[in-house]
Amino acid sequence: MIGFGVALKQAFSQINRNKLMTTASLFSITAILLVLGIFFLIVVNINNMAEGIKQDFDQIQVYLLDDTTEEQSGAMLEKIRGISGVETATYLAREDALEQWKAKWGENADLLDRMPTNPLPNSLIITVKNLDYANDIVKQVEVMGGIEQVNYSQDAVDKLLNITRIVQIVSLIIILILVVISILVVSNTIKLTVVAREREIAIMRYIGATNWFIRGPFLLEGIVIGAIAAVIGAVVVGGIYYYAVGHFGIDLALFLPTGFVPFDFMVTNLLIIFLSLGICVGACGSLISMRRFLER
Amino acid sequence: MIEFKNITKRYGKNIGVENISIRIEDGEFVFLVGPSGSGKSTFVKLLLKLIDADRGGILYNGYDVTKLTARKIPDHRRSMGIVFQDFSLLPKKTVYENVAYAMEIVQRPKRTIERQVPQVLELVGVADSAHKYPHEISIGEQQRVAVARAIMNNPKVLIADEPTGNLDPDTGWEIMRLLDQINRRGTTVLMVTHSREIVNAMNKRVIAIRDGRLVRDELGGLYHPEEDDEPVVHTEGALPL
Repeated sequence: MIGFGVALKQAFSQINRNKLMTTASLFSITAILLVLGIFFLIVVNINNMAEGIKQDFDQIQVYLLDDTTEEQSGAMLEKIRGISGVETATYLAREDALEQWKAKWGENADLLDRMPTNPLPNSLIITVKNLDYANDIVKQVEVMGGIEQVNYSQDAVDKLLNITRIVQIVSLIIILILVVISILVVSNTIKLTVVAREREIAIMRYIGATNWFIRGPFLLEGIVIGAIAAVIGAVVVGGIYYYAVGHFGIDLALFLPTGFVPFDFMVTNLLIIFLSLGICVGACGSLISMRRFLER
Repeated sequence: MIEFKNITKRYGKNIGVENISIRIEDGEFVFLVGPSGSGKSTFVKLLLKLIDADRGGILYNGYDVTKLTARKIPDHRRSMGIVFQDFSLLPKKTVYENVAYAMEIVQRPKRTIERQVPQVLELVGVADSAHKYPHEISIGEQQRVAVARAIMNNPKVLIADEPTGNLDPDTGWEIMRLLDQINRRGTTVLMVTHSREIVNAMNKRVIAIRDGRLVRDELGGLYHPEEDDEPVVHTEGALPL
């Protein structure tokens, strides 16, 4: 096996002495990482929003008939807590419900004061662990006695679940396509550098260098270029995200409770993904493009 | 000892070499002559196992080159030094690095490399150009560097494929003196050449190939006109096997 130090030294010297080709590979990897990164920003944020909206739908409201006693409702709570998928179940008195409503309406709360009686019934509030369980829970609760109505926006939740699933699948497919394209582009760019050095590789073989001895520096070269591209890509995409959060963060927070995914979290993950991707793409690119020159 | 035993290599219908048997002892200096396309290159390529023979065996160093596995080929090539007509230096490496590369591939310690490379560069007379790139030095110097790289690991055999082909006569003679000096130190030298002057002056064993067949093998031989590129109608002058 080739000494790692020797290979590393040769890799850096190759990079330094083939500036044009190095720059070309560096640019193509960086460009692809930028596209991928911006796409990643959008997808992660859409996912985050979808998750945030789901949070609003994780409650099932059970309106009780006015003649249901506290004992009865207590027994119902016990039963409900036994259903699988139920996170919490609590009793909400009609007065408290009104107060919550008022708090939600804020400035316009005085409109509620004008009502002669409290229109809200006593209710049970069920929080579900996972939206997928919600329909089952509703079915089991509905058959209990003493219930006026079970409030659960099933259609909205189903739609939301579908949309998030589609977004996740589509984004996964697009990311995969982008990764494949980037490997092709990079291996082509590196192939150009290898073709330019075909003669060099032939000489190395003639004087008895093993394939791994020849491959080593090229492989490291690909990895180093990939890593540099990853850092550049992360800095640029991070900068774009920083700008976006700074300029539109407050506006977005008005529409959505979740707002943007935090900058630190995003950039850390971006860097990790970029580094692994850049290194992998650089290494695969150089191995693939060298294959035909090292047949024997 | 290198021994070709009934070696045949064809490229499609074209003959590379046809049923050639040659034995070269350790420490010999041998010229391999013949017109272009006569099979000289095939001979060298077979010895380096850049190509495979169709029939026959090549004994070298106690093994049969034709039966080497892919994994053993680098070791086989390292045991020989090779000098090409076009020098074949690595263009992006300095003179020093080119020569050091030959030692790096056999994983010699860094200290050994740093000690021996300057010595060999001194020996071939290019010590002053150690940190220049190949394109910055004259072609004569480039060929000296190629020789330095070839002898770096003390090979038992030095193969020189028309080493003077691209050089002017004076520079060519300098390279010949270098090869002779290397041969005197015990290295077998196998040199492919077209140069009548060199062959006639050196007074060494001459092996002539024509149309892939061995036509002459004599000690202290001279260069025959029919070994030039011009077509020759009769070959009676050539010694039969």
